[in-house]
Amino acid sequence: MRAAVIGAGVVGTLIARELCRYPCDVLLLDRAPDVGWGITKANSAIVHAGFHDAPGTTRARFCVPGNALFDEVCGELDVPLVRVGAWVLALDESELEVLEELLARGRANGVPGLALCSPREVLADEPAVNPAVAGGLWAPSAGITEPWALALAAAENAIANGADLRLGHAVTHVRVRNGRVYAVQAADRSWEADLVINAAGLWSDRVAAMAGLEPPPLTPRRGQYVLLDKAARGLARAILFPAPNPLSKGILVLPTVDGGILLGPTAEDLAPDAREDTDTTAEGLQAVVQGAQRMVPGLDVSLSVKVFAGLRPESPSEDFEVGATEVEGFYQAAAMRSPGLTAAPALARWLVREQIAPTYALRPRPEFRAARPAIPHPGILDDQAWNAWIERDPPFGKVICHCNQITEGEVVEAIRRGARTLDGVKFRTRAGFGRCQGGSCTDEILLILARELGIEPSAVDLGLPGSTIVRGEVRP
Amino acid sequence: MNVDVLVIGGGAAGMAAATAAAQAGARTQLLERSLRLGGVLDQCIHPGFGLHRYNAELTGPEFAHRQREELYASGAQVCLGTEVIGVDARARQVRSVSPQGVHTIAPKALVWAAGARERPLGALQVPGSRPSGVYVAGLAQRMVNIHGLLPGRRAVVLGSGDIGLIMARRLHLEGTEVAAVLELKPFAGGLLRNVVQCLDDFGIPLLLEHTVIALHGRRRLEGVTVAAVDGSGRPRPETQAFIEADTLILSVGLIPETELVPFVERDPGNRGPAVNARMQTDCPWVFAAGNCTVIYDLVDTVAASGAVAGEQAAHFALGRMQGLGPDIRLSRGENVAHMVPTSLSPGVPTRLSLRVPQPLGRARVLLAGREIARRPGLRPSEMLEITISHELIAQLDSCPEAKLEVIPL
Repeated sequence: MRAAVIGAGVVGTLIARELCRYPCDVLLLDRAPDVGWGITKANSAIVHAGFHDAPGTTRARFCVPGNALFDEVCGELDVPLVRVGAWVLALDESELEVLEELLARGRANGVPGLALCSPREVLADEPAVNPAVAGGLWAPSAGITEPWALALAAAENAIANGADLRLGHAVTHVRVRNGRVYAVQAADRSWEADLVINAAGLWSDRVAAMAGLEPPPLTPRRGQYVLLDKAARGLARAILFPAPNPLSKGILVLPTVDGGILLGPTAEDLAPDAREDTDTTAEGLQAVVQGAQRMVPGLDVSLSVKVFAGLRPESPSEDFEVGATEVEGFYQAAAMRSPGLTAAPALARWLVREQIAPTYALRPRPEFRAARPAIPHPGILDDQAWNAWIERDPPFGKVICHCNQITEGEVVEAIRRGARTLDGVKFRTRAGFGRCQGGSCTDEILLILARELGIEPSAVDLGLPGSTIVRGEVRP
Repeated sequence: MNVDVLVIGGGAAGMAAATAAAQAGARTQLLERSLRLGGVLDQCIHPGFGLHRYNAELTGPEFAHRQREELYASGAQVCLGTEVIGVDARARQVRSVSPQGVHTIAPKALVWAAGARERPLGALQVPGSRPSGVYVAGLAQRMVNIHGLLPGRRAVVLGSGDIGLIMARRLHLEGTEVAAVLELKPFAGGLLRNVVQCLDDFGIPLLLEHTVIALHGRRRLEGVTVAAVDGSGRPRPETQAFIEADTLILSVGLIPETELVPFVERDPGNRGPAVNARMQTDCPWVFAAGNCTVIYDLVDTVAASGAVAGEQAAHFALGRMQGLGPDIRLSRGENVAHMVPTSLSPGVPTRLSLRVPQPLGRARVLLAGREIARRPGLRPSEMLEITISHELIAQLDSCPEAKLEVIPL
């Protein structure tokens, strides 16, 4: 059995990993130069409780089970998960009705532990919240993670179990004969495939069209964010949602797993072809700050260390497109808008275990290894454990990123595991993710990349091909 | 080894502190995270350092060399490649790591001299894309002067702090075209001599009351949109213009590094620890010096603050500190942006460094209503240095707080 998974985001990598449990040659293709550089890289990083989605939708169907699977998946893959819980805040009496609706929705979806709380209870837990708050809906099962870390971990684990990852490979054709897929073409090369899984994110409508389907076109919906320094820690202990509006879940304030505070996103529908327009705008950033300050008035925007934007796919149905299609062997994991991250583990499991495996009579391989160790981060260990790493490899005692206390050993390990760019190192180790945003470590990491890869510093990219840091040499 | 005084940071302040502490008889150890002493001095290859401390015009590396000689002669112990990873205020312990392992030291006194970091682009929330080609000025300076790597071919410099001005000239000399230096304020952030010697002499335009309002380019920077700003710093869209550039250099401020000593009281104006005339924080065993207390204008003053901190930390560690009474807190009156120290200590003659928030011309400085100095040509880029005598402090002795203010004449 040969399977090609198109898209190495969190959805595609988890599907590829799930396929590796079966006797199946798995090919994982992505157009980007690294894993998780599409929607996965720039979203709110929330494991949703599941009270936002209307019962009966595919989103609701996969969100709560997906949430429940996160402990297992993040445990096996050594990815951070913190169940900080979520509040939906009613900022005036009129919004209390919305909380009641969400409570009913959540209960219908099977969300555990939901509770409507008084302003006093909200403020006792979240002292920075607007004192005018009229009430809150508490959802203890909501959590935060690092979606790119999950995608990288799932890809590493899939590779360790035999998958073939090809980055920089944009699929151009899905070959179909007599109503069934037989090959995919990418980067001028053809791969035979009995199964093709479309997890192409923002491009999944185009990939579906390559297979001869007529999917509704996706619209890129842009979300802008502002990331605050760790000094803002404490502004939000849990994820803070406003009462939602019809377009989105609103502008949130939430902690990140490494201790910062994230504000956003906006929800801006762009033109259908603006699928790379991750620009931020003055208006968008202002909306983020204003929205956040509505919930947390004392928020200090001067602690901002980074602004960014991501795109999420929106289909006319506002729902996922998942499962078998009229083309035999072509499966959809498409239009994964929010809560796509939360749904991903449950979707991957359902698609592979309940759709593909029975159809093709696949039996699990006993040799599959589910565990993947994270890149060691001795900065969080005690003296003895850190010294053990240093004894094995002294660069684990050399701190490169001073803000996040990331060592040279970690950077080298990230490169060993596939990082080829500064962003590749950053998303694997958090080096350069801190309050100075690489001001003090960019040159060091650049030189380590050049040394380890055996290339000139001028050949090292920040991210996309052509995004070099160095453009020449100084006079001798 | 039992350590009396532990100094964190091997730049100008840390080297001076360790030297002074060792000279005062304290067993002194200095931890430096990089493999060389000197801090940012090594990358500052231009002249202009040392006029006060050494009565000579030196380059950064020359200044650092003299300090290193003094440090090694003092007998202080130096640990290079050693990063401080935690300070435990209650246990008075400092945890550090190097390729030799993790170590915990319990010194009798600590001098925090960790310097400053540069404010990143994200702090400005500039809209647009996020391409490569954007560098804080110190990073660009390290690339060019330490590694011999050129960042780009056509640059815009945002911010006219000294390092931005220096880098505009440095890049120009290496063949990078510098399209303009932009400054949000109506006056340059750096020293007047640097505006003349780094921009005017090379025909590099300085656009005051201008800023970058958007970045362009998805891979490498392709250009920036700039605009003039109104009196409150808001861009005026009708003035916007595109400047082609593959490089944006940021010189938009320095932030004292104090994240590992969160327990000491900070001065909100300086953004570094509040310190008395001994450079002592409110946590009595912790002293601070150099750019982690306030952003200074001259390295000579940085070193001088380090020497005070080191000597006083030695006195504290050896139980020789004598006080003539409680500290007198300085409060900010008009036209005081930065001031160090932030309180006076009876019995300790003090050199006060003060920065005004805007150009003032001729002005007088008042302390608790008494004139203590009168100076011409006051501007934010140059700090005032005022010696406050023992006697004057004695006169203030009865008040717990004294107002510092600068009144234009």
